Amino acid sequence: MESSACQEIDVRFVDEYRDPKAARALVAHITELAGTDDFKFMEVCGGHTHTIYRHGIEHVLPANVELVHGPGCPVCVIPMGRVDDAIAVSKEPGVIFTTFGDMMRVPGSQGNLLQAKAEGADVRFVYSPLDALNIAIDHPDRSVVFLAVGFETTAPSTALTLLAARDKGVSNFSVFSNHVTIVPPLRAILESPDLRLNGFLGPGHVSTVVGQRPYRFVPAEYGLPLVTAGFEPLDILHAIAMLLEQIREGRCEVENQYSRVVHEDGNPRALAILADVFELRPHFEWRGLGFISQSGLKLRPEFSAFDAELRYDIPGVRVADPKACQCGEVLKGVIKPWECKVFGTACTPETPIGTCMVSSEGACAAYYNFGRMHREAAVTLGRRSTIGA
Amino acid sequence: MCLGIPGQLTEISDVHEHLARVDVSGVTRVINIALLQDEALEAGDWVLIHVGFAIARIDEEEAAFALASLQLIGEAYDDELDGFWSTEKASETTDS
Repeated sequence: MESSACQEIDVRFVDEYRDPKAARALVAHITELAGTDDFKFMEVCGGHTHTIYRHGIEHVLPANVELVHGPGCPVCVIPMGRVDDAIAVSKEPGVIFTTFGDMMRVPGSQGNLLQAKAEGADVRFVYSPLDALNIAIDHPDRSVVFLAVGFETTAPSTALTLLAARDKGVSNFSVFSNHVTIVPPLRAILESPDLRLNGFLGPGHVSTVVGQRPYRFVPAEYGLPLVTAGFEPLDILHAIAMLLEQIREGRCEVENQYSRVVHEDGNPRALAILADVFELRPHFEWRGLGFISQSGLKLRPEFSAFDAELRYDIPGVRVADPKACQCGEVLKGVIKPWECKVFGTACTPETPIGTCMVSSEGACAAYYNFGRMHREAAVTLGRRSTIGA
Repeated sequence: MCLGIPGQLTEISDVHEHLARVDVSGVTRVINIALLQDEALEAGDWVLIHVGFAIARIDEEEAAFALASLQLIGEAYDDELDGFWSTEKASETTDS
């Protein structure tokens, strides 16, 4: 009885996949390759976290293959003090403060941008940095600030916007850059004693920009395989199979499962545009990971006229996470969302304590919205949270 | 947010400014294609759109997969689409 009820769960997930037969074949292949050893693979892409929870991938994998969610959400890694800085700028006279939607509710030490807006700051949601530039062009009497957030996927778009601002001679536009790069946190995770990993799923969209070469240090220096994966459940299963194949065949390299979209060299044009506009900060603070060298992007001196950090007084105060918040551990993959003491109780999407719950790409939000019911059903039906043999 | 939305180019609206009209699920808006300027994009091509910029060229099959995946995500995708369309008007001023 129990096993047929269990079967129902995996069938329901797998049937949702584009090609259930292929999915079942991949799962069988993964199970065979994994054998009786335990494997832990980390993904560092908010989109992957989302797909994994939404499609119940962890329930489809054998119990000895575990997926760990790393710092793949660029909103989630912004420390509280930096949010306070953004709020301080939004309150400067004459400022129109523009931001992506999911930054609006990220908690600083005294509230979030949405609350600052309620208190009178002119905070506006934008979909694109170009929209922020257009607001500046339309309001020459105001100072428009754009809160730039994101990995290398997003930074080229901010860079192009700055080039457009310069070319059009817009003088009332500035960027508060919180762009980060993918390689340093990967290295920080690999250097961390908290975690024993067997490989990585490489990020999908970041890789369209940076290509595959930047990840070569992972096999070369740390002896772990990395397979860049697409966003369909089948892509993720395929990438996991490729990781296991590497391990079983004694190979250790960077492979590209998402080759239909990601090229080996990435997008050289985008990289050149990035290099024209941004440079690496000596170090940048990441929530949960502390200061990481060469991990943050700031505007080059030639663009200092557009740098909000030079235009405004940024408090720059380091703020420790609230004691109850375990975002740092979730971001490093040391604990799962449901293992956080405040998950689902004090910390929910409506009342988030930490960033992992605020951004829809955050592990906790993704799990809260999609993963909980699958896991609770599995546990209720008397199995562990992943399917056993 | 930061999802990649698949869309099909309907027209290169401004070659110099690298702007193109794109159709996403039946609605069109202007996006910036400067990041793909070396790919000689033309009407009919499919791209992945991220914060108002085309970031990768894809084929129609990949676009269908991406759309299906996004639709299963539900609310986050709806929010992304709302954002994409809400600033349609703002993007028009880039043309002038």
